[in-house]
Amino acid sequence: MRDERDKPILIRPGEAETMVSASAAHRATIAALNEELSNKGFITTTVDSVITWARTGSLMWMTFGLACCAVEMMQAAMPRYDMERFGFAPRASPRQSDVIIVAGTLTNKMAPAIRKVYDQMPDPKWVISMGSCANGGGYYHYSYSVVRGCDRVLPVDIYVPGCPPSAEALMYGIMLLQRKIRRIGTLER
Amino acid sequence: MAVATEQELADIGEHVAGALGEAVREVRVVHGQLQMVARKESIREVLRFLRDDPHCRFVAFTDICGVDYPEREERFEVVYHLLSPHLNARVRVKVPVAEGAAVPSVIEVFPGAEWYEREVWDMYGVYFSDHPDLRRILTDYGFSGHPLRKDFPVTGFVEVRYDEDLKRVIYEPVNLQQAWREFDFLSPWKGEPAVLPGDEKASTGEAARDGAAEKDEEAGA
Repeated sequence: MRDERDKPILIRPGEAETMVSASAAHRATIAALNEELSNKGFITTTVDSVITWARTGSLMWMTFGLACCAVEMMQAAMPRYDMERFGFAPRASPRQSDVIIVAGTLTNKMAPAIRKVYDQMPDPKWVISMGSCANGGGYYHYSYSVVRGCDRVLPVDIYVPGCPPSAEALMYGIMLLQRKIRRIGTLER
Repeated sequence: MAVATEQELADIGEHVAGALGEAVREVRVVHGQLQMVARKESIREVLRFLRDDPHCRFVAFTDICGVDYPEREERFEVVYHLLSPHLNARVRVKVPVAEGAAVPSVIEVFPGAEWYEREVWDMYGVYFSDHPDLRRILTDYGFSGHPLRKDFPVTGFVEVRYDEDLKRVIYEPVNLQQAWREFDFLSPWKGEPAVLPGDEKASTGEAARDGAAEKDEEAGA
């Protein structure tokens, strides 16, 4: 699959007007796959690319709504943005989830609790830090009661900036996480 | 029913002051709001009167909050807010209290006061006598100090991080990576007097002349 994707894209005369580059790459890949399937009846790929592909399409996220960011997180899960289209489904239980979205202000009092939740999640697991407060304390950076960034407590994979980030921004963060999982593609983490 | 007017509030205040006498130190209508200052020994009596008196019926208990005035001899003020749905009026009862002194708990008058009193204790360190469970309510477990006192440093004393060796979240003395910064260049509230962009328009043309005329009138009156 990977080799096919790296091939230069061929655009036939007349198609150039209707195609944008992303869909051109997509169509070319599909066409190449189609050709391979119809010629040989099977396609070959590597195990780890299949595994990472499967992982990106079945991410269960642990909700950790702490403040107003949680509203945008819910919004991203609701029908308008519908994160389940991307294989990203809510799972309000740490023992069955792969991703944790830290959505909001992480206080000192909550820090041991969030670490406990994170430790309960099975490997491989990822962390999305959502919003200014989770990224670096944000508005409450100098406060006596707020952790100056949730990366002091958890290893963060994706930082989504914003106060709060819009649902689109979170969606983009999720797509980046999926890309990261595809690119790194290790079984052990 | 319309919101109580200043005159109605003043009447309520007069009624309360007349009935309670010494218990209430001062009754005033400030900014169209009824405000009383009570002695801390008689706060229960005052609140019970405000709740039960047929001319008051301040039955809805809204809030308790604290205020810190470091320059005063009695440093703290505990402020009770009540609402009378019957009169559509609100009242604010202030109780001055010195550091280390205790205010009688008003739980027996308004049971809902329990958590508010815990909050005032947590944030200001004001004691409430006869409170059944005067613990901290908002701050971290094992927190020391009372964060809303004016002499409490805003960044506090400890911060947390996860320790990879101990495998748990640990507390450390605060170490700010980014020094405190204040952005008051254009703030109309603090810093040097600043002319905000657009302010110069106020002193030109028609508006300025009207303003000057008003000032003259005020001076004449």
